[in-house]
Amino acid sequence: MSNDHAGGSDTLVRMANQIADFFQGYPEAEGVEGVATHIRKFWDPRMRRGIFAHLAAGGAGLKPLARTALEKLAAEQPHLKESA
Amino acid sequence: MTLIKETDYGTPIRLSARMVTLSIDGQEITVPEGTSIMRAAMELGTKIPKLCATDSLEAFGSCRLCAVEIEGRRGTPASCTTPVESGLKVWTQTGKLSKLRRNIMELYISDHPLDCLTCAANGDCELQDMAGVVGLREVRYGFAGENHLDAAKDESNPYFTFDASKCIVCSRCVRACEEVQGTFALTIDSRGFASTVSAGQKEDFLGSECVSCGACVQACPTATLMEKTVIEAGQPEHSVVTTCAYCGVGCSFKAEMRGTEVVRMTPYKDGEANHGHSCVKGRFAWGYATHKDRITKPMIREKITDPWREVSWEEAIGHAANEFKRIQAKYGKGAVGGITSSRCTNEETYLVQKLIRAGFGVNNVDTCARVCHSPTGYGLSQTFGTSAGTQNFDSVREADVIMVIGANPTDGHPVFASHMKKRLRQGAKLIVVDPRRIDLVKSAHIKADYHLPLRPGTNVAIINAMAHVIVTEGLVDEAYVAERCDKMEFDRWRAFVAEERNSPEALEQYTGVPAADVRGAARLYAGVKNAAIYYGLGVTEHSQGSTMVMGMANLAMATGHVGHVGAGVNPLRGQNNVQGSCDMGSFPHELPGYRHISTDDVREQFNQAWGVTLDPEPGLRIPNMLDAAIDGSFKGIYIQGEDIAQSDPNIKHVTAGLAAMECVVVQDIFLNETANYAHVFLPGTTFLEKDGTFTNAERRINRVRRAVPPAPGYADWEVTMMLSNALGYPMHYNHPSEIMDEIAALTPTFKNVSYALLEEKGSVQWPCNDAAPEGTPTMHIGKFVRGKGRFMITEFVPTEEKVGPRFPLLLTTGRILSQYNVGAQTRRTHNVAWHPEDVLEIHPHDAEQRGIREGDNVSVMSRVGETTLKAVISERMQPGVVYTTFHHVGTGANVITTDFSDWATNCPEYKVTAVEVRLSNMQSEWQRDYALFRDAARRINRAAE
Repeated sequence: MSNDHAGGSDTLVRMANQIADFFQGYPEAEGVEGVATHIRKFWDPRMRRGIFAHLAAGGAGLKPLARTALEKLAAEQPHLKESA
Repeated sequence: MTLIKETDYGTPIRLSARMVTLSIDGQEITVPEGTSIMRAAMELGTKIPKLCATDSLEAFGSCRLCAVEIEGRRGTPASCTTPVESGLKVWTQTGKLSKLRRNIMELYISDHPLDCLTCAANGDCELQDMAGVVGLREVRYGFAGENHLDAAKDESNPYFTFDASKCIVCSRCVRACEEVQGTFALTIDSRGFASTVSAGQKEDFLGSECVSCGACVQACPTATLMEKTVIEAGQPEHSVVTTCAYCGVGCSFKAEMRGTEVVRMTPYKDGEANHGHSCVKGRFAWGYATHKDRITKPMIREKITDPWREVSWEEAIGHAANEFKRIQAKYGKGAVGGITSSRCTNEETYLVQKLIRAGFGVNNVDTCARVCHSPTGYGLSQTFGTSAGTQNFDSVREADVIMVIGANPTDGHPVFASHMKKRLRQGAKLIVVDPRRIDLVKSAHIKADYHLPLRPGTNVAIINAMAHVIVTEGLVDEAYVAERCDKMEFDRWRAFVAEERNSPEALEQYTGVPAADVRGAARLYAGVKNAAIYYGLGVTEHSQGSTMVMGMANLAMATGHVGHVGAGVNPLRGQNNVQGSCDMGSFPHELPGYRHISTDDVREQFNQAWGVTLDPEPGLRIPNMLDAAIDGSFKGIYIQGEDIAQSDPNIKHVTAGLAAMECVVVQDIFLNETANYAHVFLPGTTFLEKDGTFTNAERRINRVRRAVPPAPGYADWEVTMMLSNALGYPMHYNHPSEIMDEIAALTPTFKNVSYALLEEKGSVQWPCNDAAPEGTPTMHIGKFVRGKGRFMITEFVPTEEKVGPRFPLLLTTGRILSQYNVGAQTRRTHNVAWHPEDVLEIHPHDAEQRGIREGDNVSVMSRVGETTLKAVISERMQPGVVYTTFHHVGTGANVITTDFSDWATNCPEYKVTAVEVRLSNMQSEWQRDYALFRDAARRINRAAE
């Protein structure tokens, strides 16, 4: 499978940014935790794999809070990081 | 089985702490103060003759047949209008009364056709009964004088006739239209002998404001208003009590039968959700069950360009199972999934998600709540701790203020709307938050105190502005909040909404609603003891749907409007079993009872019970499955009772996803649009053929009982079981009650639910467990399910879907009274008489700018698609906003809607699509292409009989 992401990176970036928009109203640490927890609890692993791959490729388009949260989540879930 | 006839007590029940004792025909009876003598007598089993009285209507006192004698009083008062008094001695049968009643009946019959033997109501006619009861033996007046025997019959309504020659002008129909339905479409025209029942301004029934709820037909004591099916088939001989399969109100009905033929559906008086009322869909639109389009044989095909081939059940099930196994072997376990149905029973839904989790070994299961109320689940869970509405429907009877947000109950939830309108006529105040001027804003005897006609997409701004008023004007219920809610979260929320940028004045630029109206509405909502929020998809189907649900929960907590009767936050669920399908673990991240799949001890219970090791990771949601199909990692799907190729947004994307799969299995009653992309079709059953339970919007678990045998030969749960067995995951149930027993054993909120309890109680509302053995009408009494109520920060984030030069109008979509969802059922009934096609409602200003006149064909274009439909000029819309429905296939409303969605749940943003509208003289390219494809995709090679 060359493109095992359940949604192009544009879709995943938009979704991650929308989640970050909600948690933007919270103090930063809570916001980061909120975004990371939401993605962990509601995104299928292949979606997380997809956004982690996008992050590894520079993470274009990700809002700062989304990026920080995804970096944290990616560090917690190394098994979902793609080598490609 | 017998024909169920509910007891008619003549006048409505009265509730009072004060009891009154009197004597009727020498027997003592004690009843609540305010009870009529007629009702008190019936409590004793004494039937006082009557014609104009029935217990669904207030007493009228016009027929005089119910006259009684009371010791010490003059005359013969009507027992229906005379309330009980302590110590009264009432006599219901005396020589004087007999003579009086016989004379009254003689006058009635002197102007009534004597065709009882050939009358459709023969055997079910109160006039006929009363003639017998009073001993009428002759009519002395003859028919030579002036009479109504030749009065014209109105047969315009597709479901019932109005035969004026048989009318006794008792006004029961007129009063039912007023008191029960609240439409006020019927009236008594003229005076005295010329009095006649009239629909509207002497229009026929079909052309009038009558909404065909059937209340008048139900109330009619003669054959004047009569179901056409009874006229054609004759009187029913037995009945089965079951639950309607249309909207989330979940009305109880009697399926009245002759053998295996349904003669009529009549609302069941003891139904706790509907209390004997109905709407045009549940009451009359059930003919689809025997429509010629029903598919009753399994079918398969290799490619979607092939014609269907009818096969045996064994071959169809075997083929589907082999395909799923092949796909999983080739592409990986996660390449398959399924969709459960909110139209199917709890038991059927539970079984499908079990098959997917345990049989397929994946959590790629979702349900149509994804596209309607998934934000409700998320939002209420975050704030209150559970994913459901807080009240029962009867709670509205005690509401002082009703706030309706993004819902159109008179069309979408008509029976509940009637209950709500009754409360409004009694004086409750009304706030409507809706871009459109829905009927509730102003209709007969109803006028909203505030209508906040916000711009689509600005719900959160409105709710924040209301919260700002409540916080800054000292309207918070401080004691409630201090006792019931998390202080830190509340303090943070209070500071947030108090910011000037959240004031009605600051947000007016986004909402378009005058700040003074927002302030007035907020004060009204906060200023009473009981204020209730009722909301619909106008709340959830937005990019901030979940935020808005939390915003409403914040508002209710801040004002102390949760946890008691007359208040609460109440989602009006779209389909009959949306609540149930969510309860049953249809979402990819949670098991039955809303417990996250990653919770080890919960998952272990299911591992033990199901004999598998469940995946702890959440699966794909519907839009994610379609994305994954297009990306190439998702190849097979089992869809029970859903039609995502018509109902879901951005249809071109949906169908591209379906077309990319190698095995699509559709289980449905018709070849729906999704089936055009299917490789296996498994014929399903209608609600009339089902045994099981539905759970309505008030968490009420109602029994669905089989009235006719399943047309395909198997019940849907049996088909799922066969598929699971063929996949190698054995399931063995003998009856749906055994499935419910398993649900109860694994789901704490269902612990005490059983078919035996449902038979005993009629219905129960979950949670139903050791703490609440008979169910829970009102949730969060004394304490929220999560402990302390949690206020959430609800920052207003404007949607990315914006109007601009190319697409300057906002399209919002919805549904109408006579049609239901994708219309698969209602389009196959006479309901098309009211809504033969989807139309585009457009404000006169926008129409004039574009040279559009009423009835013109117009092209509606968004950034994802285009379709053509007829324009209707309407001031219900505000300038800049257009509206359509998605009930008809050819319209393709969802070709236009986008795949933008709610941030938390991916619920699509149906309510906001930027569009342009132009005159057109042809169908869109999609419409032309799809019509050709559709015809080809539905070819069937029938098997030899």
